[in-house]
Parts: sequence; C-alpha cells; structure tokens
Amino acid sequence: MMGVVTVPPFERFYDEHRGIVFGVLAKRLGRQRAEDAFQETFFRALRAYPKLRDASNLRAWVLTIAENVAIDEHRRTRPQGELPEQESWDSLPPVAEIEHLVSELPPTERAAVVLRYGYDLDYDRIGAVLGSSGDAARQAASSGVRRLRRKELP
Amino acid sequence: MSVSEDLDNRFREAAAAAGLIDAAFDLADTPIGTLLVATTDRGLCQISFDPDRGLDELSEAAGRRVLRVPRRIDAARRELDEYFEGRRTAFDLPLDVSRVPEFQRVVLHELALVPYGEVTTYGALAARVGKPRAARAVGGAMHHNPIPIVLPCHRVIGASGSLTGYGGGLDRKRALLKLEGALLF
Repeated sequence: MMGVVTVPPFERFYDEHRGIVFGVLAKRLGRQRAEDAFQETFFRALRAYPKLRDASNLRAWVLTIAENVAIDEHRRTRPQGELPEQESWDSLPPVAEIEHLVSELPPTERAAVVLRYGYDLDYDRIGAVLGSSGDAARQAASSGVRRLRRKELP
Repeated sequence: MSVSEDLDNRFREAAAAAGLIDAAFDLADTPIGTLLVATTDRGLCQISFDPDRGLDELSEAAGRRVLRVPRRIDAARRELDEYFEGRRTAFDLPLDVSRVPEFQRVVLHELALVPYGEVTTYGALAARVGKPRAARAVGGAMHHNPIPIVLPCHRVIGASGSLTGYGGGLDRKRALLKLEGALLF
C-alpha cells in the first residue's frame, strides 16, 4: 500500500503536468482544438483540487480528466455514428484508437480501460486514481473489456 | 509538448477571473531580493522572502489552489517599486489578514500605525494593544507577520536598541531601516 502523499500547491502541479496534458490533447484533437480542451482540463482539475486527499498519482489523475474532456469534445463536434477518416487512423495514438469503443462504457470501467490499455498504467496505480484498490481496478477493466466484446461480437 | 506562453497566460487569467483559485501570486524583484507576493480577492495576503517556502505557506494558509497570475499583483508590485525607490512612505493596498489569529491581528493593526522612518519596541507595541507584559507575544506576532514590509515589522526593535531579529534576516531589516532613514549605518 502506498503512503498518502501531500497534495502540492496547484502551481507546482500545473507546472509539472501542463506539457504532457497539452501533448496528449494535441494528438487527440489537433493543436487548435487542444487549446480549449487544455483550459477545460485544468478548470476541472481546479474544481476537484480541494477535495484531493492523495497526490501519489497526479499524472494519471489529470490524464484521466484530459481523456474525459477529449471524449466530450469528440461527442460535441462529431455527429453520432460518424467514424474518423480512414487515413488519419495510422497517426492516432493508442488512446484514440480505443476511444470510439470505450465512450459508451460506464465511467469507472471507461477510466480503467483507458488507463490500462491507453496509458499502460498498472492496476495498483489505476486503483489509486479511481480511489479504490488494484483488484477493483482489474475487475473494472476486465468487466469493461467483456462489455466491449459482447458489443462487438453479439 | 510545450505550452505556448499565450495559452499559459490565458489559462491563468481565466482561472482567476472564474474565481477558481484561492490566491494569486507572482515573484517581484526588489533591492532586497526576489519576493513572493500574493493576493486573494480581498487583498494582499502574503509577502515572502523565500519564494519556494512561501508558496507552500501560501498553499497552507489560503488554500491549495494558488496560481501565478502576474497581473493580479500589479498594484502591489507598483507600490513596492515606489517604496524601494524612496518615492512612497505608506502603502494604499487593501490587505487580507482574515486568516491571522485574533491577537496577532490586533497587534498587526497597531503595527501598521508605526510611521515610515521611525522605530518602536516590542514592549511599546505591547503596551499599545493593552498588554504591556506581552512583549514576547508581540515578538511572536512579528515573526508570523504574513505581509512584511507593507506591515512594517522591520520598524520594531529591542528595548536596548538592538535590531533583535527579522524573518527575512537582519541584513534585510537593516537595509529597510536605512532606506527609510531610521538608521545611519
């Protein structure tokens, strides 16, 4: 069990993570749309920051927020059911490749699947981000994957 | 990937404008070193001689959502510049001492009345707040003064005339008193 890590002043957290957050969003949404998503990501982080009790995995925490913002942004701008252009698929990062699959999953399963298969975090870390255990994170991810399989292979 | 300065500034300004932060701060260069200067919506709340430690103290006192928003301390920076250039003898900034404990707040209130270029003693200040035997507690209040320079704890010295102590170090206390003409050497 990891010990509780004191939550740093927001400035230090922001300074340390703004680059990676913008990088992830720029790959997912393109530079232009990433700017709005960047601001929205850190706005959501600011709103949630007073309630944070443990800073042992702020990177995964803020990337989860960014991921949710990117999914919301895709939903907002893309008509239901439309798929991305075929030629753009090659350049998409792993997270983008699974996004159209996971966006319908319940929030915990979606976060667990994205963090496991999109960001390659181990289950203990995912558990810490989700405020549960590594076992619970493993169960959420496998339940999410089962749900996706049922959907893909009826 | 690096975030453009423009996007970074826009986020900082927008977060402050949306009321999502507990306090804004920036660093200010002065003749006595780089200071961390911080403000809440109510007013100036902290000046620190050690910016790194000051950021942690600000986060503990005001709340963790502290963000560098340079424009929010423009007024304080301008008045500090004028003070260090010898063009200002009193500060006109709204202050936020709402998180300071009651006794300390009373002492700081009295401290604010000690004029530019003059000095007083811990005992005299204790007497002025009606606790003539509380010189030591007044010393404690000076030590925990969150807004040094603007709340002029550098103007408080020992009964023997010795400078005694200062949160920013005695060199800085001496420099401030010399600037104000209260010390000749």
